[in-house]
Amino acid sequence: MAEELKLFRTWSSRYSLRVVNALKIKGLEYETILEDLQNKSASLLEYNPTHKKVPVLVHNGKPICESLLILEYIDETWKQHPLLPQDPYLKAMARFWAKFGDDKVLPSIWSVFISQGQEQEEAIALAAGNLKFLEELLKGKKFFGGETIGYLDLAFGWMANLISILEEIVDLKLVDRKIFPLLSEWMNSFSDDPVIKECWPPRNKMVEKFKAMREPYLKELHETEVMQFSLSS
Amino acid sequence: MADELILLDVHVSMFGMRVRVALAEKGIEYEYREENLANKSPLLLEMNPVHKKIPVLIHNGKPISESLIIVQYIDEVWKDKSPLLPSDPYQRAQARFWADFVDKKIFDAGRRIWTRKGEEQEAAKKEFIDALKLLEGELGEKAYFVSKSIAKLVAWAKRCMEKESVSKSLADPKKVYEFVLMLKKKYGFE
Repeated sequence: MAEELKLFRTWSSRYSLRVVNALKIKGLEYETILEDLQNKSASLLEYNPTHKKVPVLVHNGKPICESLLILEYIDETWKQHPLLPQDPYLKAMARFWAKFGDDKVLPSIWSVFISQGQEQEEAIALAAGNLKFLEELLKGKKFFGGETIGYLDLAFGWMANLISILEEIVDLKLVDRKIFPLLSEWMNSFSDDPVIKECWPPRNKMVEKFKAMREPYLKELHETEVMQFSLSS
Repeated sequence: MADELILLDVHVSMFGMRVRVALAEKGIEYEYREENLANKSPLLLEMNPVHKKIPVLIHNGKPISESLIIVQYIDEVWKDKSPLLPSDPYQRAQARFWADFVDKKIFDAGRRIWTRKGEEQEAAKKEFIDALKLLEGELGEKAYFVSKSIAKLVAWAKRCMEKESVSKSLADPKKVYEFVLMLKKKYGFE
C-alpha cells in the first residue's frame, strides 16, 4: 500500500524546516500544504485543534504535531538513515539538548534581537552563556550527531539559518568565530550540506520578515524615549 | 553487575512524582535523596549544571534530567517490564504529545496562577481551566482507544490535577483558586 504523507507548513517556519530536512534525509516523498498563519486552512485546524500550529505531518490520514515529536515519529517509522542514537543514554542527551535549544537558547537570542541598550547587554550575556553549552557539546565532533547530521543538528538547524540574519539586522555579532569556533564551523557545515541547502528559505525574504517583526519593539522604545524626554524638559 | 541508581528529588514535586511512578511501575530499586531547594547539594549542581533542578536520575554515575526524558529513558533501558509507552510509533507520538501538552499548558498556567497577580493571574486561571477541559475531553473520548500504557503516562497527570483542584468539578474555578491560594501562602509566593 502506498504511503500517504502530507506536511502542513509555512515558507519560513523554523520548526517546519526541521521536518522538511528529516523527510529529505530519509528520502521520503510527501505533499506540501503551505499555510498562511493569518488565514489557517480548515484542514490544519482539524488536524491540530489543540495548538492550531505548523508543522503537522499527516501519515495515512493520522496527524502528528510538534516538530521534535514529528522527528521522533519519522525516525521510528522509517529506519533508514537513523536520526537519533540507538543508545538510550545518548538518546536522552539528544532530547535534553533539543529541549534546551527550544526552551532557553532560542528565547535568549530572541531577547537580544528585540531589546536595546542595557537590556540588550544583559540579553547578550545570557545568550552567550547558553551558546557556551552548545560549543562544549561539539568538542571532537563535526555535527551534534557525530559524523553525519542527526536529530540534534535538525533541532538546532534554525541557528545556522537565522542567527546571521538577526545579526545583520541588529548589527551585532552573537556567534563570534573567536569565541565559538566549533559552533561557527558547525553552522557552515550544516548550511553547506546539500540536503539542507536545498530547503533553505530565501534569505532576502527572511531579512525582510524579521525586520518587520522587530519594528514594534523599536517603536515601543522610541515612544518611551520620547516620553522620558518630554518629562524631563 | 548491579545497577547504581540515585534519584535527586523533592517529595512534593510533580515532576519527581513522574519518575517515582515510572520506577515503581518497573519495580526498580534506587536510592532516593531529598533535596533542599534553598540549599542545593553539590551533587545536584554537578549533575544538572544547566538547570540546577530536580528530578535528576543518576544511573551508574551518568545523570539524566527533565522528568519526561527520564521516564522515556527508564522505559527504554528496562524495556522488558511493564512498558510505559506504547510500541506503536503513532500511539507513542500521541502519548508524548499529551505529556508535552500537560507541561506547556497546565503546569505553566498553574505556575502563573501561583506567582502572578491581577490581570495576568486571571488570564492564567482561564488558561488553566481551558487546558484541563481540553485534556479531560480528549482523554474522555480517546480512553476507549488508548492502551493501558498511554493511560499510565497521562493518567498520573489527571490524578495530580484532581488533587490540586480539590473539587472534582472543572466548572468550579473558585475552589481551584482557593486551594492554590493556600499553596501560595504555604510556599511563600506572596
